[in-house]
Amino acid sequence: MGKTRSAARGKASAAPAGPWGGRARPNPNPFEVKVNRQKFQVLGRKTRHEVGLPGVSRARALQKRTQTLLKEYKERDKSSVFRDKRFGEYDSSISPEEKMMKRFALEQQRQHEKKNIYNLNEDEELTHYGQSLADIEKHNDIVDSDSDAEDRGVLSAELTATHFGGGGGRLPGKATQQPGGGEEPPKSRRELIEELIARSKQEKRERQAQREDALELTEKLDQDWKEIQALLARKTPKSESGGGKEKPEPDAYDMMVRELGFEMKAQPSNRMKTEEELAREEQERLRRLEAERLRRMLGREEDAHSKRPKHLSADDLNDGFVLDTDDRRLLSYKDGKMNVEEEPSGDTSGGESGEEEEEGEGWSEGAPEDSDSPDSHSDLESDAGSEDARGPDGLESDAEGEDASEGPQRGQRPSLGERLTRDDRAAARAELPYTFAVPESCEELKSLLLGKSTEDQLLVVERIQKCNHPSLAVGNKAKLEKLFSFLLEYIGDLAASDPPELGVIDKLVLPLYNLCQMFPESASDAVKFVLRDAMHEMEGTVETTGRAAFPGLDVLIYLKIAGMLFPTSDFWHPVITPALLCLSQLLTKCPVQSLQDVVKGLFVCCVFLDYVSLSQRFIPELINFLTGILHMATPNKQSQGYTLVHPFRAHGKNSELLLVSDEEDMATWQRRSLPLQWAGGLKAQTETEANHTRLSCLAVCLALVRRCVVAYGPLPSFHDITQPLRALLTEHLSTRCCPPTLQDLSRSILTEVESQPRHCRPLVCEKSKPVPLKLFTPRLVKVLEFGRKQGGTKEEQERRRLIHKHKREFKGAVREIRRDNQFLARMRLSEIMERDAERKRKVKQLFNSLATQEGEWKALKRKKFKK
Amino acid sequence: MPATERLSCPARRDDGGAGRDVRGAPGGGATSLVFPAWGGGMERDAGPGDARRALGHLVEAVLASRGEANAVFDILAVLQSEDQEEIQEAVHACSRLFGALLARGELFVGPLPSEEMVLTGSRGATIKYKVWMRHRYQSCCNRLGELLAHPSFQVKELALSTLMKFVQLEGEHPLEQPKWEGNYLFPHQLFRLVVGGLLSPEEDRSLLLSQFREYLEHDDIRYHTMQAASDTVARATDGRPEVPLAFWNNAFMLLSSVSLPRQEGTLSSFYVKHTELSDKWKVVHLKEHRKAFQQMWLRFLKHQLPLRVCKKVLVIMHDSILPHLAQPSLMIDFLTRAYDIGGAVSLLALNGLFILIHKHNLEYPDFYRKLYGLLDPSVFHVKYRARFFHLADLFLSSSHLPAYLVAAFAKRLARLALTAPPEALLMVLPFICNLLRRHPACRVLVHRPRGPELDADPYDPTEEDPAQSRALESSLWELQALQQHYHPEVSKAASAINQALSVPEVSIAPLLEITAFEIFERDLKKKGPESVPLEFIPARGLLGRREDLCAQHFTLS
Repeated sequence: MGKTRSAARGKASAAPAGPWGGRARPNPNPFEVKVNRQKFQVLGRKTRHEVGLPGVSRARALQKRTQTLLKEYKERDKSSVFRDKRFGEYDSSISPEEKMMKRFALEQQRQHEKKNIYNLNEDEELTHYGQSLADIEKHNDIVDSDSDAEDRGVLSAELTATHFGGGGGRLPGKATQQPGGGEEPPKSRRELIEELIARSKQEKRERQAQREDALELTEKLDQDWKEIQALLARKTPKSESGGGKEKPEPDAYDMMVRELGFEMKAQPSNRMKTEEELAREEQERLRRLEAERLRRMLGREEDAHSKRPKHLSADDLNDGFVLDTDDRRLLSYKDGKMNVEEEPSGDTSGGESGEEEEEGEGWSEGAPEDSDSPDSHSDLESDAGSEDARGPDGLESDAEGEDASEGPQRGQRPSLGERLTRDDRAAARAELPYTFAVPESCEELKSLLLGKSTEDQLLVVERIQKCNHPSLAVGNKAKLEKLFSFLLEYIGDLAASDPPELGVIDKLVLPLYNLCQMFPESASDAVKFVLRDAMHEMEGTVETTGRAAFPGLDVLIYLKIAGMLFPTSDFWHPVITPALLCLSQLLTKCPVQSLQDVVKGLFVCCVFLDYVSLSQRFIPELINFLTGILHMATPNKQSQGYTLVHPFRAHGKNSELLLVSDEEDMATWQRRSLPLQWAGGLKAQTETEANHTRLSCLAVCLALVRRCVVAYGPLPSFHDITQPLRALLTEHLSTRCCPPTLQDLSRSILTEVESQPRHCRPLVCEKSKPVPLKLFTPRLVKVLEFGRKQGGTKEEQERRRLIHKHKREFKGAVREIRRDNQFLARMRLSEIMERDAERKRKVKQLFNSLATQEGEWKALKRKKFKK
Repeated sequence: MPATERLSCPARRDDGGAGRDVRGAPGGGATSLVFPAWGGGMERDAGPGDARRALGHLVEAVLASRGEANAVFDILAVLQSEDQEEIQEAVHACSRLFGALLARGELFVGPLPSEEMVLTGSRGATIKYKVWMRHRYQSCCNRLGELLAHPSFQVKELALSTLMKFVQLEGEHPLEQPKWEGNYLFPHQLFRLVVGGLLSPEEDRSLLLSQFREYLEHDDIRYHTMQAASDTVARATDGRPEVPLAFWNNAFMLLSSVSLPRQEGTLSSFYVKHTELSDKWKVVHLKEHRKAFQQMWLRFLKHQLPLRVCKKVLVIMHDSILPHLAQPSLMIDFLTRAYDIGGAVSLLALNGLFILIHKHNLEYPDFYRKLYGLLDPSVFHVKYRARFFHLADLFLSSSHLPAYLVAAFAKRLARLALTAPPEALLMVLPFICNLLRRHPACRVLVHRPRGPELDADPYDPTEEDPAQSRALESSLWELQALQQHYHPEVSKAASAINQALSVPEVSIAPLLEITAFEIFERDLKKKGPESVPLEFIPARGLLGRREDLCAQHFTLS
């Protein structure tokens, strides 16, 4: 079937090619071929129309017109038209078989609709090869159908050969066998087929018997199983599913078992870590942080995989799980305060800061309503107790997870505990309220803190932090963020006060640090803000007068604090880099005019050097400043071998500010640290004290010089950097105008400087890759249409292409219309000619008949006459 | 009342030319001029409104009739008053009175004879009147000139504007005879009085001078100011060993506010209105203006100027003085002297010198050597840093400079950079790199493969001659040291020498004016990675840990 179809299709496709596929034909008539001569050979051009067959194409066009146009022309005056309304008559997409099927279906439908709506019983009998389908179904066995199914897929060579081999001759298999065993006489085809049939039938039967046996056996087994099934205890669901299809009703026990199985089991928790492990973890954490710091110091870009530093996560504080011994007591104490003071030192089991707040709220709500009923309090207490019991459980896992971030807290707790004795705290507690709202302005904070002792202030800040922990309420985070800037401002006020309360500041640094760990962004913004303020103030005076006075102690303390809150060794840091610039400005723009300025300047130097203590970075301003200070302490001003820069002057009012000439004072001087208060305001001193201060400043200055010398030793042009210091120190030594300890110090610095090796290795640039030569790669332009201009953008080209196409199509259409008209005219002419010819013929015929008639009549008349 | 008596006399000849003949006769007019009555012309204790009214009456009276001319004395008397408001009223009155008189031509024209001679002589009454009135005018002007030194600024200002008004009117109605037809006349004497008042040696007149500046927009005023100022300045040290600083400041203020028009053109904006301008007048030619300008400045700079004034002059030299001089090379003496002073003055003199060298073919020996000598550590800290480096960049931009010279400059700058603040470093490091880019022969300073290792830097910083400094044998180790600078941008800029330098130069123009505060702001605004890194070592108190320097050297109490 397939073969014939394909053959037919082949013929069909070949047939149309006949009349017009001129090129396909091997020998076209050379007189019918028109060759389009090409002037030039163009490489890569596809030529489509080099040979034309005008005759063939004209014939094709004519045929097409006769089929279409002529038909229309002929039917031009007809109002009615014959239409074949059979289904799918004009639809070429449907194959004839389908067409027949559909027509049949439609017919059936029509019949059903029209006649058989009320005919319920009579069903049309379906047949298959003349046999009733119902009959066939009745005879069919299930097993039989199985075997049928089995046979269906089999298509052996033999089978096909016998079925479809045609009448040709023997099977190839038999043919090969034949020469080997030649005794048997060749069987005829008929015999062969019969044999084959017999064999296959037998096979079929055998298979059927086998299957029946198997079926029987399985049925028997099923029955047996059902009998013993009841006896068996249900062991595993697996055996069940393996055994039979139906499920037994789940009973209560099963359900309970399953429920228990699905219920969450108590997982074994991690064991408590030992001291060593904790220490190791801590060490590991520090090591990681240090590595991170080093990376930032060297200014390398952050690796993609490196995460936020762990200690950044303030979640540890956020979850509120702080095993604080005091809070629980606070809670019970509060209750006690309402009643009588019964349990001032209640149990010390862990309470969280959260419940303190809740408790407080509960109490304030409950109090006005039923303050005299003791029940309410007991209720509250039990509530608190239950919460207590639940609290740690729920939060334990969290705490475990953030073990690493507990580090800072752990470090801080004991130190806090050490400072505050139990008694102090108890006393303080007796006075201070327990809940504080976060102050909304700095004034509010000041009113809270001012006039209290250092410990109280600390406690207040701590309580504010706890009562308004971010985990307790939504808005708390924003409030606490503001607290940082208020605290900073408060510290500034403390530092600016006279005398500066440095002790309080010293303690307040801790909460500041903790807040900063919690809210790095807002903390950095706050520090930036105070720095900007200080710089603006300085900028104003510098612009008008060209120099500025040293700022107050508060600015210096801000700078110091910034260095404690943020890593100072980073290559670039959003807070530290501006702070460094600020320090630099202090050293370059502020002339030293008094001893107080000297102290301030030296403090700035210390802070500056502390900033770079890890990164060992070079600070030109610092060297200049120290040179200037040393210059102030040097008596004779030949100014040999060094030049002073801006804030210092070689000669002038303050050029001998630090010079001590009193031998006695020099002898009685003892080296000690400079009090930072002096930077805030120097009290009037006696001459001896002033001299001692001078010497102390000088000592600090020399110590700083020494530090610089040690730090900058490895720098390439170290000797050029320290050259002014060296010159000053030698001069200083030669004049012998300072105590022996200082002289020793200077001498040791000098030897230190000299001991640094002078390495002057010529500089060499790093090798860079050679730059590749410029290559002239061709510019590729997509060719859309030959023979057209190629320039322009893609859209322009597309547009031009479309215009061109439209033009061609238009021309083609016009041509077609013209040809159609010509064709029609031709047809009309031939019609007219035909009609005329007919008429002529008829006229001739008439004349003919008339002539014969006339002739006959004349003949008759002649006859008469003759008669 | 004598006033009423005086009013009756000249009542009959108050108007017009008809009365002129009558006045010519030695009649009552002469007699009416005699008495200088200082009597109660007006009530002193009355309020300012009354004073104004009274003065107004007097002015009206004088203007109305010549017989009332004696009232002028009353007005002039008020001018001598101590009270500021009265003085102002009087000045207004004088301004009105003499303004009207000048416009009417009732003042004597020609060289002024002395008062007694005329009054006792046998001249006509009108002449006598005019001479007398001219004398009053003279004394009024003198008084106004004195008022320029009045402590109150309003009075000063008013006096100045009144004097200028007189100058204008006098210019229109000259008080001297034209020698020939179309002679240009200008009240030189009066104007000298004004300029002399402005250039006071006693006090700083900068406010008044800035008022005066608006008159200087007029071409004639400018021209005559230049003339008058050059005279005044030239006579400044006559008979005085020490000229106070205030005079120099005033003089500089006045001189610097004179600015000539840039391009040639007809000078036609005159303060004194003339019906027609003659081409023969000196005042209309820009060339003459230039001559006067040059003479003024040369006379000013001839003196031993205080250093501060000298600096100020040098600051405006290239922009507002040199282009307007008729012969700029005359400035060479001053500039060389300034250049030899050293320090900031030398830096400033560079600019003028450069223009002379560049535009006027000045041959200046050892220019680069001196420039090299100017480089000392203070160069990064002075106010004129930007200007200096702009010029230095200009001077060293020539590609024909010898390599040793450029190398010496680069090395010197690098050495100085070791003491520079970050804002200067951000500018000078690209500057050095630019030098190396321009002169490939100097690249050995940063790239000397297979060079011998040295014990010490061969560069000699104390050598004054760049040729002898052996800079080419050295390397820029200073930049290597600055790669360790604390500021990240400086460190990056210094690290540029690690790689082979890129070909295009870095423009240092935007870096010249940068200040530390701008860098600070920029750093503050810069957005870093999303999170702010934090210190992981917990704080231990204000002074930090024990090993910190602060804790070592400072205590809290």
